[in-house]
Amino acid sequence: MKSDMKGRGRNKLERTDRLVRLSLLVVAFSAVSTLAVITIFMFEQGAPIMFKYGLRSFLAGSDWYPTEKIFGLWPMIVGSLYVTLGAMVIGVPFGLACAVVLTEFSSRPVRRVIKPVIELLAGIPSVVYGFIGVVILVPFIRENLGGPGLSVLAASIILGIMILPTIISISVDSIQAIPLSYREGSVALGATKWQTVKMVLLPAARSGIIASVILGMGRAIGETMAVIMIAGNAASVPRSVLDPVRTLTSNIALEMGYASGEHRQALFATGVILFIIIMILNTVANVTSSRMKGSKG
Amino acid sequence: MGIIEVRDLCFYYGSFQALDRIGLDIEKNRITALIGPSGCGKTTFLRSLNRMTDMIENVRVTGRVIIDGEDIYRPGADLLALRKKVGMVFQRPNPFPLSVYDNVVYGLRVHGLRDKRRLEEKLVRSLESVHLWEELKDRLDANALTLSGEQQQRLCIARLVAVEPEIVLMDEPCSALDLAATANIEDLMAELKKRYTIVIVTHNMQQAARVSDFTGYFLLGELVEIGATHQIFTTPRDPRTEDYITGRFG
Ligand SMILES: Nc1ncnc2c1ncn2[C@@H]1O[C@H](COP(=O)(O)OP(=O)(O)O)[C@@H](O)[C@H]1O
Ligand SMILES: [Mg+2]
Repeated sequence: MKSDMKGRGRNKLERTDRLVRLSLLVVAFSAVSTLAVITIFMFEQGAPIMFKYGLRSFLAGSDWYPTEKIFGLWPMIVGSLYVTLGAMVIGVPFGLACAVVLTEFSSRPVRRVIKPVIELLAGIPSVVYGFIGVVILVPFIRENLGGPGLSVLAASIILGIMILPTIISISVDSIQAIPLSYREGSVALGATKWQTVKMVLLPAARSGIIASVILGMGRAIGETMAVIMIAGNAASVPRSVLDPVRTLTSNIALEMGYASGEHRQALFATGVILFIIIMILNTVANVTSSRMKGSKG
Repeated sequence: MGIIEVRDLCFYYGSFQALDRIGLDIEKNRITALIGPSGCGKTTFLRSLNRMTDMIENVRVTGRVIIDGEDIYRPGADLLALRKKVGMVFQRPNPFPLSVYDNVVYGLRVHGLRDKRRLEEKLVRSLESVHLWEELKDRLDANALTLSGEQQQRLCIARLVAVEPEIVLMDEPCSALDLAATANIEDLMAELKKRYTIVIVTHNMQQAARVSDFTGYFLLGELVEIGATHQIFTTPRDPRTEDYITGRFG
């Protein structure tokens, strides 16, 4: 409008451009603000009760009897960390190995078939993974290793499988993005394929691989349905990988239906803690990856 | 009798014949330059000397390449040992995205050297022989990709020198460098020739004339002529060579 007054006569293209930019801004802003509102709402609902009962007893208390107003989230915090760690221990090496085999040790036609199939796995609903866990994995663990079967181990294995597509497809992309000249340089020095992978390709693809691990971790720690079905959900700190476990996400989902009053607020508080844990894990992962990038390989 | 004897070498990408019955000898401790218009098979020929062409699917080779008395295309040939003996410098400097240190000792580690002191000795010697030691001795931890183009190409040569090859293949090693850097690399080649046999591909005839002892002219997958550099540039035997070097072609 100002420019009209200046009389310089903006042309139509420029106006459209401004309009598009403005509407994109509005869309972006509303998307971000929705997230912000959800976050604020969660904190507003969940934070007061944590301070009312004391942060320490909330975080470190090992008893969860919400109907008696005992809100100790320690077992769930530990539970989430255990199954996430377990999923990483299983999913990362397998995923990386698959990515390396696909990119470096298989022919193009094989890769063309396998990679989309793996990406398809990401689209399977988590309830199906949970169902497979209940029907096959849980009885297998119960009969062969003991315990109830519904366990840290079962949840770790299923989550480890669920994060495979994420880890494989991002790692494959980042390994494939490595210029051919690095491979040539290595091979021309008499390196074997495997040496090339280990000493050049994996370091060169490091940031992509770390990104895949972070995303996989996010998926594992946030997964709810499959975990509820196979983890046993006992709100106590597991003593072994064969013990049942309850995660923070399961805690919310299991009790949301009937919780009210302070119980309900305590579930929001669970969400707050989950939120903070994920923030911490992401930050740690990002900082380590950028620090590794800065120093020598 | 050369350190490399090539006999009747034919090379095919699928059904496309890129090299046609190449025969030549390459002499020890000399620089042999290969010239010719682009697409005539210089890179293909060079890469067939250390079997880097094996990395490409669907290629076929006939004929013989004898290095140190052994046919490198015989069944069961040891490719890793071959490539250690016959190293390669590429058209674009391709240091690994690792530290300077890790780049130089890469080949040594690949061939099983683990001893830290020995690695460091060789590191110093290799960097000195390409005149990078003074520049980089305080930056051994720096990522090699942060070096200048010339430094990167020198580093790639150092990386090669570290494994002590006998033969160094260079595929247009200066084409990504400016004039000053090119002159420096050419000086380096003259020094390296005392210890290594060098085969260099270049599309730059002045470069061939400046650095090489022998020059071979490739055209459309054929070796038209090879001989002492001054002879090729003053009294070529084949009219096609004359056309090329007098600039009537290419
Ligand atoms: N990977 C490949 N697949 C098919 N044809 C190729 C390949 N590399 C090179 N060629 C062909 O082989 C011929 C020689 O190529 P090259 O050796 O790169 O020539 P120069 O290095 O002399 O420019 C060219 O016609 C080129 O198109
Ligand atoms: Mg070429």
